[in-house]
Amino acid sequence: MMSIKNYVNNLSDEDLKRIYKKMLMIRKCEEHLGEATKNGAFPGAVHLYIGQEAIAVPLCDQLNDSDWISSTHRGHGHFIAKGGDVKKMMAEIYGKSTGICGGKGGSMHVADFKKGIIGANGVVAGGMGLAVGAALASKMDGNGAVSIIFFGDGAANQGVLMEAMNICSLWNLPMIFMCENNQYSEFTHTSEVTSGKIVDRAEPFGIPKYEVDGNNAVDVWQAAYQAVQRGRNDEGPSFIEAHTYRQRGHVEFEYTFLSRTYRDQNEVELWKTNDKDPILRLESYFIEHNKYSGDDIEKIQKEVQDEVDDAVKFAIESPEPDITSAMEHMIER
Amino acid sequence: MSKQRMMPAINLALQEEMKRDNRVILYGEDAGISLLGQTTGLQENFGKDRVRDTPICENIMTGMAVGAAAAGYRPICHLLYGNFIYTGFDSIANQAAKLKYMTAGQVKLPIVYMAVIGGGRSAAAQHSDIPYPALMNLGGVKVVVPSNSRTAKGLLKSAIRDDNPVFYLTAAGGGRPEEVPDDDNYIIPIGKSEVINQGNDVTIISIGSMTLKSLQATKKLNEKGVGVDLIDLLSLVPIDEDTIINSLKKTGRVIIVDEARDICSAASHISAILSDKAFKYLKSPIKRVTVKDVAIPYSPILESHVIPEVADIVNCIEELLELN
Repeated sequence: MMSIKNYVNNLSDEDLKRIYKKMLMIRKCEEHLGEATKNGAFPGAVHLYIGQEAIAVPLCDQLNDSDWISSTHRGHGHFIAKGGDVKKMMAEIYGKSTGICGGKGGSMHVADFKKGIIGANGVVAGGMGLAVGAALASKMDGNGAVSIIFFGDGAANQGVLMEAMNICSLWNLPMIFMCENNQYSEFTHTSEVTSGKIVDRAEPFGIPKYEVDGNNAVDVWQAAYQAVQRGRNDEGPSFIEAHTYRQRGHVEFEYTFLSRTYRDQNEVELWKTNDKDPILRLESYFIEHNKYSGDDIEKIQKEVQDEVDDAVKFAIESPEPDITSAMEHMIER
Repeated sequence: MSKQRMMPAINLALQEEMKRDNRVILYGEDAGISLLGQTTGLQENFGKDRVRDTPICENIMTGMAVGAAAAGYRPICHLLYGNFIYTGFDSIANQAAKLKYMTAGQVKLPIVYMAVIGGGRSAAAQHSDIPYPALMNLGGVKVVVPSNSRTAKGLLKSAIRDDNPVFYLTAAGGGRPEEVPDDDNYIIPIGKSEVINQGNDVTIISIGSMTLKSLQATKKLNEKGVGVDLIDLLSLVPIDEDTIINSLKKTGRVIIVDEARDICSAASHISAILSDKAFKYLKSPIKRVTVKDVAIPYSPILESHVIPEVADIVNCIEELLELN
């Protein structure tokens, strides 16, 4: 088994425990949504972040509210990792008035600008320009804030990525390109639709590149640390490709409309094992190094589950939006 | 007050607004050297930080405006020609027009997207379009089309001060020099049209480059004893419904002159508004004078054939009056 923590100097056990707990929060929120969608508990479709938690959390753990993130249709994890309110996120997905966007955005548009969360995005690579614009603003403000675009291997094939890398490198913007390569572009294996290595696309732009095991929180933290420091010190953009695996489908419930399977179930199961799953790997590390006992982990699991249950209860019990709100916020007259 | 052409008037508005508010930034292709003259001297006056030459990359440019606006700036995204709005359309339609709504008003997006629109210069089909019908249908953006140098200054200043994404689209055939107020607070409110000629027989509603042609048509009609109420619309989103309806009440007849193709044009939308809200005042059908339903051709003789000319406006009104 790959060691989770073999060369870390600047990451304490406390840091790792905090990261673990937040990863668990994402996992349990997503597990709930995966189950609840079967009962039609909320109106829209959800794209779950299960298996990719070790990417958003170790990076966002190093950010504060003045830093910006822009993310993807698989954006619940980024929202939570950046400090978004779990109750308000859950209520948003349930389409309720108490949701972070008043029930007008839903799963694919959870955002909280006060926390630097520009939001999830329903367009693949759609957040790219937004993150670059925020990076430009931070650069002009000279406040040391950084801007992160989370995007997938699918978005890596959008032309706007090249435009973004060019301009960020040219203007030395405090931007981090965080590519989460989860191996599937919707329902197609990325190798079938992608030439070359994604991380290498940073090279001709002179952008420092990091390739990491995206299921290893420590690896991600280290690369993110380099990238964040570069941004804060006005040294320009960085590109990280984090290799991971999408344990769930592109979208929940996909087999109700797909005519055939597109991947082997054994492959999926492999990535759920102790050696591969990012959360199980952290737990193994804690136990092996006597940082946590099995009981400790069980206790934390329960704490987190209780918090998720509260958020779900809050979402379910919250009122529907007032229909007058449908006519608000489009344009300021 | 001094007589100026369109581009210097736009430049004046930019200079004044960038001086007034240091959160106003501008970027675009050739912004420093200024291909068309709108941005001449801005880089010298406000620096390369606030006035940036971008690569040729409309896709990221339109999105950057959203991010920079969300982060507290008032970006002006200079897209050169209206056709390049299509190149950058994803972030316009999917982000700029919707982000505020999708996030329940969490964010203000004070953005100006500026471009030159329309034909008349043998620039051919990819540099002569009128893209505002698509923009009007987005919902989350305002759209203004000045008709001359004075309205160009007043509307641009309003657009920069507005907290919404505003499309500021200037006609390529900007017309003759007009008196432009020196007052650095001279603004024309978005959503207000101007009645530039009074008459009782027929209303002409004109947009952008069609205003000067409509004015010329008005003179010809006056000579024939026809009184024209001429409304320079100026703002397409929102539309000044009160002014156009009041004029229709007075004249009972209306034509709309629009350089867009007819299908789902500003003209067809205005026609729909008037038949909904002022049908009983109509003495004859609402007529639309629009560009012919083809791409804009290169050769001048072909181009002037498809773009509405003064004679087309006059003919339309004469036919309309003979109907009664």
